[in-house]
Amino acid sequence: MNEERRTPGMTVHCQEIVELVTDYLEGVLDANMAAEVAAHLELCDGCDIYVEQIRATIRALGKVPVSTLSEAAQAELTRAFRDLRGPAGP
Amino acid sequence: MSSEAGGDLSGNDALLVDRLRSGDADAFAEIVRTWSPMMLQAARSYVSTDASAQEVVQEAWLAMIRGLDKFEGRSSLRTWLLAILANIGRSRGVREARTLPMSSLGSAEGDRPAVDPNRFRGSDDKWPRNWTPLGKPRPWPRPPEEEVMAAESRTQLEHGLAELPERQRTVVALRDVHGLSSEEVSALLGISAGNQRVLLHRGRSRLRGLLELHFVAGDPVMGT
Repeated sequence: MNEERRTPGMTVHCQEIVELVTDYLEGVLDANMAAEVAAHLELCDGCDIYVEQIRATIRALGKVPVSTLSEAAQAELTRAFRDLRGPAGP
Repeated sequence: MSSEAGGDLSGNDALLVDRLRSGDADAFAEIVRTWSPMMLQAARSYVSTDASAQEVVQEAWLAMIRGLDKFEGRSSLRTWLLAILANIGRSRGVREARTLPMSSLGSAEGDRPAVDPNRFRGSDDKWPRNWTPLGKPRPWPRPPEEEVMAAESRTQLEHGLAELPERQRTVVALRDVHGLSSEEVSALLGISAGNQRVLLHRGRSRLRGLLELHFVAGDPVMGT
Protein backbone atom coordinates (compact mmCIF):
# COMPACT_ATOMS: atom_id res chain seq x y z
CA MET A 1 0.00 0.00 0.00
CA ASN A 2 2.96 2.25 0.45
CA GLU A 3 4.05 2.14 -3.15
CA GLU A 4 3.03 5.76 -3.74
CA ARG A 5 4.87 6.90 -0.65
CA ARG A 6 8.17 5.71 -2.11
CA THR A 7 7.69 7.48 -5.42
CA PRO A 8 9.85 10.60 -5.52
CA GLY A 9 7.65 13.51 -4.62
CA MET A 10 5.20 11.40 -2.69
CA THR A 11 7.21 10.94 0.50
CA VAL A 12 6.09 14.39 1.57
CA HIS A 13 2.42 15.27 2.02
CA CYS A 14 0.63 18.30 0.62
CA GLN A 15 -0.01 19.49 4.16
CA GLU A 16 3.76 19.47 4.73
CA ILE A 17 4.50 21.16 1.42
CA VAL A 18 2.51 24.24 2.40
CA GLU A 19 4.69 24.57 5.50
CA LEU A 20 7.94 23.95 3.60
CA VAL A 21 7.25 26.40 0.82
CA THR A 22 9.13 29.33 2.38
CA ASP A 23 12.22 27.26 3.15
CA TYR A 24 11.97 25.87 -0.39
CA LEU A 25 11.78 29.31 -2.00
CA GLU A 26 14.52 30.63 0.29
CA GLY A 27 16.77 27.80 -0.84
CA VAL A 28 17.54 26.56 2.65
CA LEU A 29 16.20 23.00 2.34
CA ASP A 30 18.86 20.32 2.09
CA ALA A 31 19.35 18.97 -1.42
CA ASN A 32 17.33 15.78 -0.88
CA MET A 33 14.35 17.58 0.57
CA ALA A 34 14.49 20.28 -2.11
CA ALA A 35 14.46 17.57 -4.80
CA GLU A 36 11.56 15.88 -3.02
CA VAL A 37 9.54 19.10 -2.96
CA ALA A 38 10.35 19.81 -6.62
CA ALA A 39 9.26 16.27 -7.57
CA HIS A 40 6.04 16.68 -5.58
CA LEU A 41 5.24 19.94 -7.39
CA GLU A 42 5.68 18.14 -10.72
CA LEU A 43 3.10 15.58 -9.70
CA CYS A 44 0.64 17.59 -7.65
CA ASP A 45 -1.48 20.19 -9.33
CA GLY A 46 -2.83 21.59 -6.06
CA CYS A 47 0.59 22.20 -4.55
CA ASP A 48 1.93 23.56 -7.81
CA ILE A 49 -0.88 26.11 -7.86
CA TYR A 50 -0.30 26.83 -4.19
CA VAL A 51 3.41 27.59 -4.63
CA GLU A 52 2.70 29.72 -7.69
CA GLN A 53 0.18 31.67 -5.61
CA ILE A 54 2.80 32.28 -2.94
CA ARG A 55 5.13 33.55 -5.68
CA ALA A 56 2.35 35.73 -7.09
CA THR A 57 1.67 37.11 -3.59
CA ILE A 58 5.34 38.03 -3.26
CA ARG A 59 5.32 39.75 -6.66
CA ALA A 60 2.16 41.64 -5.79
CA LEU A 61 3.67 42.71 -2.46
CA GLY A 62 6.46 44.32 -4.47
CA LYS A 63 3.85 46.73 -5.84
CA VAL A 64 2.28 47.81 -2.57
CA PRO A 65 2.72 51.58 -2.17
CA VAL A 66 5.25 52.67 0.43
CA SER A 67 5.61 55.80 2.47
CA THR A 68 8.75 57.85 2.61
CA LEU A 69 10.20 61.06 3.99
CA SER A 70 8.44 64.26 2.98
CA GLU A 71 9.83 66.17 0.00
CA ALA A 72 10.85 68.89 2.44
CA ALA A 73 12.77 66.47 4.64
CA GLN A 74 14.51 64.99 1.60
CA ALA A 75 15.47 68.44 0.33
CA GLU A 76 16.77 69.34 3.76
CA LEU A 77 18.97 66.24 3.81
CA THR A 78 20.35 67.08 0.38
CA ARG A 79 21.15 70.61 1.64
CA ALA A 80 22.91 69.08 4.63
CA PHE A 81 24.88 66.86 2.26
CA ARG A 82 25.95 69.90 0.22
CA ASP A 83 26.95 71.74 3.38
CA LEU A 84 28.95 68.86 4.80
CA ARG A 85 30.37 67.20 1.69
CA GLY A 86 29.86 69.52 -1.21
CA PRO A 87 32.84 70.35 -3.44
CA ALA A 88 34.84 73.11 -1.79
CA GLY A 89 34.68 76.45 -3.56
CA PRO A 90 34.24 77.13 -7.29
CA MET B 1 26.68 64.52 -14.27
CA SER B 2 22.98 64.05 -13.61
CA SER B 3 21.64 61.18 -11.58
CA GLU B 4 19.79 59.90 -14.67
CA ALA B 5 23.09 59.46 -16.44
CA GLY B 6 24.25 57.14 -13.70
CA GLY B 7 21.25 54.84 -14.05
CA ASP B 8 20.37 52.77 -11.02
CA LEU B 9 23.05 53.89 -8.62
CA SER B 10 22.02 51.51 -5.90
CA GLY B 11 23.35 48.64 -8.01
CA ASN B 12 26.89 50.00 -8.35
CA ASP B 13 28.43 50.60 -4.97
CA ALA B 14 31.95 51.60 -6.00
CA LEU B 15 30.71 54.26 -8.41
CA LEU B 16 28.13 55.45 -5.94
CA VAL B 17 30.59 55.76 -3.08
CA ASP B 18 33.02 57.66 -5.32
CA ARG B 19 30.30 60.07 -6.33
CA LEU B 20 29.16 60.60 -2.76
CA ARG B 21 32.68 61.17 -1.52
CA SER B 22 33.28 63.70 -4.25
CA GLY B 23 30.23 65.60 -3.02
CA ASP B 24 27.76 64.69 -5.78
CA ALA B 25 24.46 65.92 -4.32
CA ASP B 26 22.41 64.40 -7.16
CA ALA B 27 23.72 60.96 -6.28
CA PHE B 28 22.88 61.60 -2.64
CA ALA B 29 19.37 62.83 -3.45
CA GLU B 30 18.82 59.70 -5.51
CA ILE B 31 19.73 57.25 -2.77
CA VAL B 32 17.65 59.24 -0.29
CA ARG B 33 14.71 58.78 -2.64
CA THR B 34 15.44 55.09 -3.22
CA TRP B 35 16.32 53.95 0.28
CA SER B 36 14.26 56.14 2.61
CA PRO B 37 11.08 54.02 2.25
CA MET B 38 12.77 50.82 3.47
CA MET B 39 14.57 52.75 6.20
CA LEU B 40 11.28 54.19 7.38
CA GLN B 41 9.76 50.71 7.49
CA ALA B 42 12.74 49.41 9.44
CA ALA B 43 12.69 52.39 11.80
CA ARG B 44 9.08 51.66 12.67
CA SER B 45 10.22 48.46 14.36
CA TYR B 46 12.28 50.45 16.89
CA VAL B 47 10.07 53.40 17.75
CA SER B 48 6.41 53.84 18.44
CA THR B 49 5.31 56.68 16.19
CA ASP B 50 5.69 57.63 12.55
CA ALA B 51 7.12 60.98 13.56
CA SER B 52 9.83 59.25 15.59
CA ALA B 53 10.56 56.90 12.73
CA GLN B 54 10.99 59.85 10.35
CA GLU B 55 13.47 61.37 12.77
CA VAL B 56 15.40 58.13 13.05
CA VAL B 57 15.70 57.95 9.26
CA GLN B 58 16.86 61.57 9.01
CA GLU B 59 19.40 61.03 11.78
CA ALA B 60 20.66 57.92 10.01
CA TRP B 61 21.18 59.87 6.79
CA LEU B 62 23.07 62.60 8.63
CA ALA B 63 25.23 60.01 10.36
CA MET B 64 25.86 58.40 6.99
CA ILE B 65 26.96 61.72 5.47
CA ARG B 66 29.38 62.30 8.34
CA GLY B 67 30.66 58.74 8.36
CA LEU B 68 31.10 58.30 4.62
CA ASP B 69 34.89 58.33 4.90
CA LYS B 70 34.75 55.47 7.37
CA PHE B 71 32.90 53.18 4.98
CA GLU B 72 35.31 50.40 4.06
CA GLY B 73 33.25 48.48 1.57
CA ARG B 74 33.19 45.29 3.59
CA SER B 75 29.44 45.22 3.18
CA SER B 76 27.30 46.94 0.59
CA LEU B 77 26.64 50.62 1.20
CA ARG B 78 22.97 49.79 1.76
CA THR B 79 23.73 47.18 4.41
CA TRP B 80 26.11 49.62 6.11
CA LEU B 81 23.43 52.31 6.08
CA LEU B 82 20.95 49.86 7.60
CA ALA B 83 23.43 49.10 10.40
CA ILE B 84 23.66 52.84 11.14
CA LEU B 85 19.88 53.02 11.15
CA ALA B 86 19.62 50.04 13.51
CA ASN B 87 22.00 51.66 16.01
CA ILE B 88 20.12 54.93 16.01
CA GLY B 89 16.76 53.17 16.09
CA ARG B 90 17.74 50.95 19.00
CA SER B 91 19.02 53.76 21.17
CA ARG B 92 15.96 55.83 20.36
CA GLY B 93 13.74 52.86 21.12
CA VAL B 94 15.41 52.40 24.49
CA ARG B 95 14.80 56.05 25.31
CA GLU B 96 11.17 55.65 24.35
CA ALA B 97 11.12 52.55 26.54
CA ARG B 98 9.67 50.65 23.64
CA THR B 99 10.47 47.00 24.07
CA LEU B 100 9.69 44.78 21.18
CA PRO B 101 10.92 41.28 21.88
CA MET B 102 11.95 40.54 18.33
CA SER B 103 14.31 37.80 19.38
CA SER B 104 11.74 35.46 20.87
CA LEU B 105 9.05 33.76 18.87
CA GLY B 106 5.87 33.69 20.87
CA SER B 107 3.34 31.10 19.88
CA ALA B 108 0.49 33.44 20.76
CA GLU B 109 1.26 35.39 17.66
CA GLY B 110 -0.24 33.85 14.58
CA ASP B 111 1.10 30.38 15.14
CA ARG B 112 -1.44 28.91 12.78
CA PRO B 113 -1.02 26.43 9.98
CA ALA B 114 -0.40 27.94 6.55
CA VAL B 115 -3.62 26.37 5.30
CA ASP B 116 -6.82 25.31 7.07
CA PRO B 117 -6.29 21.65 8.09
CA ASN B 118 -9.82 20.83 6.91
CA ARG B 119 -8.64 21.21 3.35
CA PHE B 120 -6.47 18.10 3.68
CA ARG B 121 -7.42 14.42 3.93
CA GLY B 122 -6.97 12.60 7.21
CA SER B 123 -3.86 10.69 8.22
CA ASP B 124 -5.52 7.31 7.57
CA ASP B 125 -6.79 8.28 4.13
CA LYS B 126 -5.47 6.44 1.08
CA TRP B 127 -3.78 9.74 0.23
CA PRO B 128 -2.91 10.91 3.71
CA ARG B 129 -2.74 14.64 4.28
CA ASN B 130 -3.12 15.41 0.60
CA TRP B 131 -5.59 18.03 -0.63
CA THR B 132 -9.24 17.06 -0.60
CA PRO B 133 -10.97 17.61 -3.95
CA LEU B 134 -12.73 20.69 -2.59
CA GLY B 135 -9.81 21.94 -0.53
CA LYS B 136 -7.38 21.90 -3.41
CA PRO B 137 -6.27 25.39 -4.45
CA ARG B 138 -7.64 26.49 -7.76
CA PRO B 139 -5.92 28.94 -10.03
CA TRP B 140 -6.73 32.57 -9.50
CA PRO B 141 -8.58 34.17 -12.41
CA ARG B 142 -5.58 36.36 -13.15
CA PRO B 143 -2.21 36.92 -11.55
CA PRO B 144 -2.71 39.43 -8.70
CA GLU B 145 0.10 41.65 -9.92
CA GLU B 146 -1.39 41.96 -13.40
CA GLU B 147 -2.59 45.43 -14.19
CA VAL B 148 -6.34 44.91 -14.01
CA MET B 149 -5.98 43.13 -10.69
CA ALA B 150 -3.17 45.21 -9.33
CA ALA B 151 -5.15 47.99 -7.66
CA GLU B 152 -7.46 45.47 -6.02
CA SER B 153 -4.59 43.24 -4.85
CA ARG B 154 -2.73 46.23 -3.52
CA THR B 155 -5.71 47.26 -1.43
CA GLN B 156 -6.15 43.71 -0.14
CA LEU B 157 -2.47 43.39 0.66
CA GLU B 158 -2.26 46.79 2.36
CA HIS B 159 -5.11 45.78 4.65
CA GLY B 160 -3.66 42.34 5.11
CA LEU B 161 -0.26 43.71 6.06
CA ALA B 162 -1.81 46.12 8.54
CA GLU B 163 -3.59 43.23 10.22
CA LEU B 164 -0.58 40.93 10.49
CA PRO B 165 1.06 40.62 13.90
CA GLU B 166 3.71 43.33 14.08
CA ARG B 167 6.81 41.19 13.64
CA GLN B 168 5.33 39.31 10.70
CA ARG B 169 4.36 42.59 9.10
CA THR B 170 7.85 44.02 9.59
CA VAL B 171 9.58 40.99 8.10
CA VAL B 172 7.21 40.60 5.15
CA ALA B 173 7.32 44.32 4.39
CA LEU B 174 11.10 44.51 4.54
CA ARG B 175 11.60 41.37 2.48
CA ASP B 176 8.79 41.46 -0.07
CA VAL B 177 7.69 45.10 -0.26
CA HIS B 178 11.13 46.67 0.09
CA GLY B 179 13.28 43.84 -1.27
CA LEU B 180 15.80 43.50 1.57
CA SER B 181 17.78 40.28 1.87
CA SER B 182 17.15 37.77 4.66
CA GLU B 183 20.58 38.66 6.11
CA GLU B 184 19.75 42.36 6.17
CA VAL B 185 16.40 41.75 7.83
CA SER B 186 17.81 39.35 10.43
CA ALA B 187 20.53 41.86 11.30
CA LEU B 188 18.16 44.81 11.46
CA LEU B 189 15.79 43.05 13.80
CA GLY B 190 18.39 41.15 15.77
CA ILE B 191 16.78 37.78 15.07
CA SER B 192 18.15 34.50 13.79
CA ALA B 193 17.83 33.53 10.14
CA GLY B 194 15.47 30.75 11.24
CA ASN B 195 13.14 33.06 13.16
CA GLN B 196 13.19 35.48 10.27
CA ARG B 197 12.00 32.67 7.99
CA VAL B 198 9.27 31.58 10.40
CA LEU B 199 7.87 35.12 10.54
CA LEU B 200 8.15 35.45 6.76
CA HIS B 201 6.40 32.12 6.30
CA ARG B 202 3.50 32.94 8.59
CA GLY B 203 3.04 36.35 7.05
CA ARG B 204 3.22 35.23 3.43
CA SER B 205 0.93 32.26 4.08
CA ARG B 206 -1.70 34.51 5.62
CA LEU B 207 -1.52 37.02 2.81
CA ARG B 208 -1.84 34.30 0.17
CA GLY B 209 -4.91 33.08 2.03
CA LEU B 210 -6.31 36.58 2.01
CA LEU B 211 -5.87 36.97 -1.75
CA GLU B 212 -7.39 33.53 -2.26
CA LEU B 213 -10.39 34.52 -0.19
CA HIS B 214 -10.72 37.63 -2.30
CA PHE B 215 -10.20 36.04 -5.71
CA VAL B 216 -12.26 32.95 -5.02
CA ALA B 217 -14.89 34.87 -3.07
CA GLY B 218 -18.23 33.21 -2.73
CA ASP B 219 -16.79 29.71 -2.90
CA PRO B 220 -18.00 28.08 0.31
CA VAL B 221 -15.02 25.74 0.72
CA MET B 222 -12.59 28.60 0.68
CA GLY B 223 -13.44 29.84 4.16
CA THR B 224 -10.58 30.25 6.58
